[in-house]
Amino acid sequence: MKELTIISGKGGTGKTSVVASFAALAQNKVLADADVDAADLHLILAPDIKHEEDFKGGRIAQIDLDRCTECGECRERCQFNAISPEFVVDKIDCEGCGVCVHFCPVEAIDFPQSVCGRWYISETRFGPMVHAKLGIAEENSGLLVSLVRNQAKVLAEEQGYDTVIVDGPPGIGCPVIASITGTHAILIVTEPTLSGLHDLDRVGGLAAHFKIPTFACVNKFDLNEEMSDQIAEYCASKHIGFVGRIPYDTGVTYAMVASQSIVEFSDGPVSRAIRQIWKKLEGFLKDKA
Amino acid sequence: MIICIASGKGGTGKTTVATNLARSLSGDVQLLDCDVEAPNAHLFMKPEFKHNEKITTPVPEVDLERCDFCGKCGEICQFSAITVIGQKVLTFPELCHSCRGCLMVCPREAISERGRELGLLQKGLSGPVEFIHGRLRIGEAMSPPLIEAVKGYIDPEKTTIIDAPPGTSCPVIVALKGSDFALLVTEPTPFGLNDLKLAVGAVRILEIPLGIIINRSDVGDDRVVTYAKEEGIPVLMEIPNDRKIAEAYSRGIMLVDVDPTMKARFQALHKKIGELIP
Repeated sequence: MKELTIISGKGGTGKTSVVASFAALAQNKVLADADVDAADLHLILAPDIKHEEDFKGGRIAQIDLDRCTECGECRERCQFNAISPEFVVDKIDCEGCGVCVHFCPVEAIDFPQSVCGRWYISETRFGPMVHAKLGIAEENSGLLVSLVRNQAKVLAEEQGYDTVIVDGPPGIGCPVIASITGTHAILIVTEPTLSGLHDLDRVGGLAAHFKIPTFACVNKFDLNEEMSDQIAEYCASKHIGFVGRIPYDTGVTYAMVASQSIVEFSDGPVSRAIRQIWKKLEGFLKDKA
Repeated sequence: MIICIASGKGGTGKTTVATNLARSLSGDVQLLDCDVEAPNAHLFMKPEFKHNEKITTPVPEVDLERCDFCGKCGEICQFSAITVIGQKVLTFPELCHSCRGCLMVCPREAISERGRELGLLQKGLSGPVEFIHGRLRIGEAMSPPLIEAVKGYIDPEKTTIIDAPPGTSCPVIVALKGSDFALLVTEPTPFGLNDLKLAVGAVRILEIPLGIIINRSDVGDDRVVTYAKEEGIPVLMEIPNDRKIAEAYSRGIMLVDVDPTMKARFQALHKKIGELIP
């Protein structure tokens, strides 16, 4: 089983539109949406949920005011200013470290595990999909990303699928690290803008840090062809496999409005470019298998 | 006044709005780029950085001469960042949340602190605008404490504009917290609407007044407008899809420089926001 993770650094470059197309093109695969705090892949794949479970993340401190003597020990020790002068824990600020729980002299602080999201195994028109929803303003997105990837892997192994395609989050922090550690290949979807190149450099650096084979493609390349050339040169200098240029086409938006991937919606230049990119990646994953 | 520009979905135009708003206002203005994972505002503002500051977070360092391997540090740590195995103490600084629990609980004062580098904070001027951003170190997972450090430079005497990261989890919440107004930039597509709803949820948890900007307003469908009406959220500005704007953006050229009439629109936007803050 081989796993491909799609990321971008900069948000909104077209990751999910590309993944939705790969979903239509790839054979014998499991899909995983690892962008758990702004998941969008389900809007195209219309998953039919077969199994769902709570995601329990970290713990949160809860002060029982009946037992509390207001000694102030907890407030002094909390590094996150999460306890008010009235001894109420701010759920958003609490880091779940348990320091207050440990040091409370009258054991007035409970430390329950909190449910911070939900995860799903679904059936789609393109095969099985594992996805999740992180509660709004919740922490532990990295843990949930790892859980989604793991479930997708288990499903692939149990049912004999040979590829897992992961739609990753933007950025380079905790959820991105969780979505690429140990993956077999990365595709970075970027755009021909200064911001796109700047963030490609950061996320490409992260992929190199983890020594993962990395590919890149430019979406909307004809918005600035000079910048697209610059990105291709940059990739060559950093050992990032440059696998294609996707033209700008408002058809991509209309496909999205119609809840379809672009390769289902039209057979125009965008679809042809994505097909070629998939062929190259598919070849790489097969060679590795 | 602190205005935070957020979005849920990435790439909707947060940075475009934040930078052009900052450039259009008169008086004392500061722009804080809190998208520390993918900071891009400086590519447009082109500030001259005068101040560079390495931001660190405390992680434990164990003095094995003093340690008697009692294991209390490993017991209190919720993040598996320190553990005692036989006559060895293993620390995993990248997992540490800097709660100082191990240090407090150690009966032999064998634990001290060192700094783990989170990233770089840079400060400088872009014309009259004070510009500050954070750059998360490649390989570092935790962005919230770096965002806090950037926000440490908020000057209450100034108009503060914050460019927030995408999403709805902890980094966005840290960026939004304490703002007087949240300006959510979206696009009229199913992805834009889905993530806008999540962002509205986050802003409402924090009880911050909010408004919407619809970017590329003529591509897609009208469900964002319908949603805004139903929820009673004002749509404060619409920016049409324009290839000229997109091409200029690709070169790091600001909207107000492509279309000078935009300056008055951003000033009007600022005025409307002022009226919406209770």
